[in-house]
Amino acid sequence: MDFLDILQVLDSSVRLATPLLLACLAGLFSERAGVIDIGLEGKMLVAAFFSAAIAYMSGSVWVGLLAGIAASVALSLIHGLASITFRGNQLISGVAINFLAAGMTVLVAQHWFEQGGRTPSLTGAGRFESVTLPLSETLKNVPILGPIYHELISGQFLLVYIAVLIVPLTWWVLYRTRFGLRLRAVGENPAAVDTAGISVTRLRYMAVIICGVLCGLAGAYLATALQAGFVKDMTAGRGFIALAALIFAKWKPWPAMWTCLLFGVLQAVALRYQNIEIGSFVIPVQFMDALPYILTVVILAGLVGRAVPPLAGGEPYTKER
Amino acid sequence: MRTLPHWADVVLIPLISLLLAGFLSALVVLAIGENPWAAFKLMVEGSLMRSAGWGYTLYYATNFIFTGLAVAVAFHARLFNIGGEGQAIVAGLGVALVCLYIPWPHWSIALIGATVAAGLFGALWAFIPAYLQAERGSHIVITTIMFNFIAAALLNYVLVNLLRPAGAMDPASASFPEATHLPTFQSMFSTAETPLFRGAPANVTFFLALIACVLVWLLIWRTKLGYEIRSFGQSETAANYAGIHPKRTIVIAMLISGALAGMMSINTTMGEAERLVLNSVEGAGFIGIAVALMGRNHPFGVLLAALLFGFLYQGGAELALWTDIPRELIVVIQALVIMFTGALDNMVRMPLESLFAMMRRRNS
Repeated sequence: MDFLDILQVLDSSVRLATPLLLACLAGLFSERAGVIDIGLEGKMLVAAFFSAAIAYMSGSVWVGLLAGIAASVALSLIHGLASITFRGNQLISGVAINFLAAGMTVLVAQHWFEQGGRTPSLTGAGRFESVTLPLSETLKNVPILGPIYHELISGQFLLVYIAVLIVPLTWWVLYRTRFGLRLRAVGENPAAVDTAGISVTRLRYMAVIICGVLCGLAGAYLATALQAGFVKDMTAGRGFIALAALIFAKWKPWPAMWTCLLFGVLQAVALRYQNIEIGSFVIPVQFMDALPYILTVVILAGLVGRAVPPLAGGEPYTKER
Repeated sequence: MRTLPHWADVVLIPLISLLLAGFLSALVVLAIGENPWAAFKLMVEGSLMRSAGWGYTLYYATNFIFTGLAVAVAFHARLFNIGGEGQAIVAGLGVALVCLYIPWPHWSIALIGATVAAGLFGALWAFIPAYLQAERGSHIVITTIMFNFIAAALLNYVLVNLLRPAGAMDPASASFPEATHLPTFQSMFSTAETPLFRGAPANVTFFLALIACVLVWLLIWRTKLGYEIRSFGQSETAANYAGIHPKRTIVIAMLISGALAGMMSINTTMGEAERLVLNSVEGAGFIGIAVALMGRNHPFGVLLAALLFGFLYQGGAELALWTDIPRELIVVIQALVIMFTGALDNMVRMPLESLFAMMRRRNS
């Protein structure tokens, strides 16, 4: 494995980490506000379908992106209705949303396109192109840094750069704005926020909507950038890996990015090498597939560091009367 | 006091939720350009009007009874076991090992052996999340989700690398020996002149599921352990004061839950496929959630709800066969049932409560 191989694996890691990162940040907003969301998977899935379907029909990937976000936010609002307004069980609502998405996407896809639950392939303006950063070709021959810039940093999809920019933005919003302070407070001690005269319901709905927008980006990325079109169940558990990453990162934005990159590397390596041989010992590809989940259980077990979730997570807030 | 009479809580609310879910499903069918009434009739004809249809309905129901009971037992201890899927996957492995490597003289003894294996392997897979919840406070929902994925990877590895017969392409174990084949409804109930349940996969495991319902009822409402599980679920602090060991209760409730989820693999692996295949669980672990919610965590309710979902599954397959409605309609209906009976429970409950309160005031 030479330097270029490593760069190519890293390049595909970044591509695969991006949807994880967007979904992970989505979950971060929701869970920091005290609304547990195991429906990330479903929201990504509807966004993937509607972005691909509308991009195909309109011929514009941007219109598709908006449609994907709208679909994802719609599911967010259902989650909000169940878990905030009607104070239902957030976990059960999340499970329901995942099934709703899995079923509806195939039903609508079959009704609209009749291709066995997929959308037609996207071409041209219906799909995100990779962005070539300036000077990519000129700097290509600079040793070490040149190939890194040319292969890894340049030539990614626009949404990849956006996802990376959302990380500092999330950090800034959470830790440097009044909204962020309130958002975190509502996830730790909603009664205190309520006492200060701020609406818990409103804050939580805001968080859930932001979560929907980010999941929408994640899903649209899958169907209009990473791949050219929607196929049934194309999220393939990514929403749950994102959830795992969120716990692994202890609900913090920068660690979330590094965790998602790590999980992205695992996926890229598993995709490229199948079984990895180290001397006479073979690491099976299935182990690589399971590694994100195993790592998360280890973190949850508190064997390596302790993952402490937001205090009020999963608890509907009932105003005292 | 704004409580509902017991019958309203147990019968009326699930019924209204079901009607709401059914109404929305009908709208969905309408929206994709099909006639909901015709679709419903087709589903009933395909799953309830012929004995072969019943054979499929009861086969699916068997799976859902086990997974529904599994979720219900955990719910009684206020634990959400979302890992039925993984527990059933690993239990399937146990069933396969027992069937393949022990020379059973007769299916009845093999069934006992397989039941023990399924229960043990399922409980084992539930044990680690349970232990982590009890000892380290790791959220059981997240750990059981993770264990679902780990189980899928594990099964994939075992089938591809260990159990697959030499030269075979698809990741599946060898077929189980003849002596472990369970009697199907066809062989049990058909006579020479009237063949019944022709070709349907329903088998003797269904009766095992019925027995499990009774045993779970006895366990939860007639034993000390069941009392402890329920008390713990009602109030952890109160249970603590009463001298109920919280960690022990969590682990035991989850072990029972895992064992029950695991037992569905007897039906799919030993009863139907007669070998271990990659995707034998097919989401039944998750349907258990819907079944437990609908059945209000009571074994009898679970039985009824499992029959309902068995009907939906078989009916859905018929729809996919005869119309342009894909099987995924069932997934949508399942989502709506989970949504209305689980998460949106208060949406139905709150208006009903005020209605009953109003009636009470008028009467007094």
